[in-house]
Amino acid sequence: MPLIKDGHFVADDWSRPVEGEPAVAGAKLILAFARLEAEASDLIEAGHAVGVEITNDTDPAALEPWFDRLALIVVPFPRAADGRGFSIATRLRRLGYRGELRASGHLIADQYTLARSCGFDTVEISDAQAARQPEPHWLEAEHAMSLAYQRGYGPLRNILGARWAAQ
Amino acid sequence: MYRYDEFDTQFVRERVSQFRGQVERRLTGALNEDEFRPLRLMNGLYLQLHAYMLRVAIPYGTLSAHQMRQLGAIADKYDRGYGHFTTRQNIQFNWPKLKDVPDILDDLADVEMHAIQTSGNCIRNVTADPYAGVAADEIADPRPTGELLRQWSSNHPEFSFLPRKFKIALTGARADRAVIKFHDIGLRLVEGEGGQLGYEVWAGGGLGRTPMIGIKVRDFVPTADLLRYVEAIMRVYNAEGRRDNKYKARIKILIHEKGGEDFRAEVEQEFARIAHDPAAPVEKELARIQAFFAPPAYEALPAESEALAKAKLANPNFARWVRVNTRAHKAPGYTIAVISLKPKGGVPGDATGDEMRVMADAADAYSMSELRVSAEQNIVLPNVKASDLFALWQMLDRAGLASSNAELISDVVSCPGMDYCALATARSIPIAQEITERFAEPVLQEQIGPIRIKISGCINACGHHHVGDIGILGLEKTGAEAYQITLGGDPTESAAIGERSGPGFPAEGVVDAIERLIHFYLGRREDGETFKQTYHRLGHSVMKDALYASH
Ligand code: SF4
Repeated sequence: MPLIKDGHFVADDWSRPVEGEPAVAGAKLILAFARLEAEASDLIEAGHAVGVEITNDTDPAALEPWFDRLALIVVPFPRAADGRGFSIATRLRRLGYRGELRASGHLIADQYTLARSCGFDTVEISDAQAARQPEPHWLEAEHAMSLAYQRGYGPLRNILGARWAAQ
Repeated sequence: MYRYDEFDTQFVRERVSQFRGQVERRLTGALNEDEFRPLRLMNGLYLQLHAYMLRVAIPYGTLSAHQMRQLGAIADKYDRGYGHFTTRQNIQFNWPKLKDVPDILDDLADVEMHAIQTSGNCIRNVTADPYAGVAADEIADPRPTGELLRQWSSNHPEFSFLPRKFKIALTGARADRAVIKFHDIGLRLVEGEGGQLGYEVWAGGGLGRTPMIGIKVRDFVPTADLLRYVEAIMRVYNAEGRRDNKYKARIKILIHEKGGEDFRAEVEQEFARIAHDPAAPVEKELARIQAFFAPPAYEALPAESEALAKAKLANPNFARWVRVNTRAHKAPGYTIAVISLKPKGGVPGDATGDEMRVMADAADAYSMSELRVSAEQNIVLPNVKASDLFALWQMLDRAGLASSNAELISDVVSCPGMDYCALATARSIPIAQEITERFAEPVLQEQIGPIRIKISGCINACGHHHVGDIGILGLEKTGAEAYQITLGGDPTESAAIGERSGPGFPAEGVVDAIERLIHFYLGRREDGETFKQTYHRLGHSVMKDALYASH
């Protein structure tokens, strides 16, 4: 599945291991949240970078004890219209998660800036969607809006800050 | 009035060109209809029965004469010469072409207006008391908070893809003219200890197919904490609101299923987690906005105008208009004047381009260039000198805009219904027209007194029928239109949901039934009673029987 970072399509070096199969040495592994407790510690010990894929009814606070050990959290977007992931990302960032945050599923280029503002670093979409919405659309979407009113979200220029600086 | 600074302007212009790009990508197929729909809705563009409909925001119902004139120009240039003012203080254009929409949005941006978030599952245009800032019963003007909320909710990164639409209403007055108990969030300005201003917060009200009165979430949130508090409510809703069934996706259902106590506790917990932003005190931004809403320099005028008294004596029609269509203003010698958009036989809320220009001219000449839109689909001139009322009335009368029926029986609220709306199950406009014709007689109207008739063309209740003294809901029964009547609804601080009366009426019979009820009320009312008071004294079952008296 194509991965978008900083507006560009990039290679994805993470994989989702099939349960019960041994992991390739050094692979970066995304586990389902339910497998985290049982498998993560051993994998990290064995030198793997470990990420987790949650469902969008997972309480972000449940991940807090894992923040130091997780290199990636994947938040699903079942449909572009389902915006729960935006609140999950905001909560994870405010709880102090600093690793990579990925939106995965159906997110369109026009939502890219919103996703980044809520703290997502990368977006993973389907091949079919990538064919309709190729790289230039994502690059362009990144520059469609340059200002935002809300504070506490990145990366757009904040209007209140700009306003006060101008005074 | 609030004026955009360079940043507001840039923001709106960027949104317009972003939408231009989205329209182009829809036309090339890069965006499929499912993906495009939320984007066009967030820019106010609906697909109706016959055409696209563009809904333009009039934030907290306030607009300038200059803006009203531009709306008139848009009606003439891109539409069929008219627009429709809605119960949510917006204006809808019914016949724009998709390719023209980005140009219309540019024309709106020229006068500091937009169509952002007038539709879609996002935080909608914030509405307010149409008499905000001038009402005699007001504690403080809620519009600075309205503007703060407008900015904060615009293109919100976290809350633009909610389970369902989200409506916020505000009032700063004792009487509730903003229907706050029937909004997703309703805010009422109150004075706290030591005179500190803040808001009483209500949530979970709504009409639609499951009408509910909101619950009070908090007695008092200081103004400076309000955005954080609203953010907490939004976050709980966005995370937990239902997405499996669009009819159960509003916050009212979440609160209902969770229970008020649990909901409150969760909001409080989230609120406690959201840190104050010491680098960006809300007070500072609020103070900047407040300066735009500073009261104008009112002249020191006597409370009673002699010129007005004389004109009233000389002209009974004018006297009636003053009695019926003006409201108490906080400054002596000034008054609030309602321009009714409910002429006999007219379409409630419709105004032509010419009428919009007359209203703009009237505002320039007599109301410090300001106008308001009310939830009753009328236009309000907020700052009229009592001594100017006669000249104003003459001007309106020449244009056919001087109907003396504000809050009387022919001041009917109606959704567009089957004539425009793709979801409708019945027509609503013809019923409204018939009511304005049947009860046109001005003496009779005054005799009947204040009464709200509200009509919806389907259970989505855009015509607010649940909160009418008499509510009319148009349904389809075995191929024919059937109109179900509810009684006893109330949109104000004494909020109530109307009770169903019994079997529906055919289109030809519904106005007869209402007439029977009105005659019954006139016969049974005690001295000085309003319809509502008689209804409560006699009770629902007595009143409802009057509807069916001849059956
Ligand atoms: S109440 Fe129904 S018919 Fe009327 S505007 Fe709303 S959806 Fe359309």
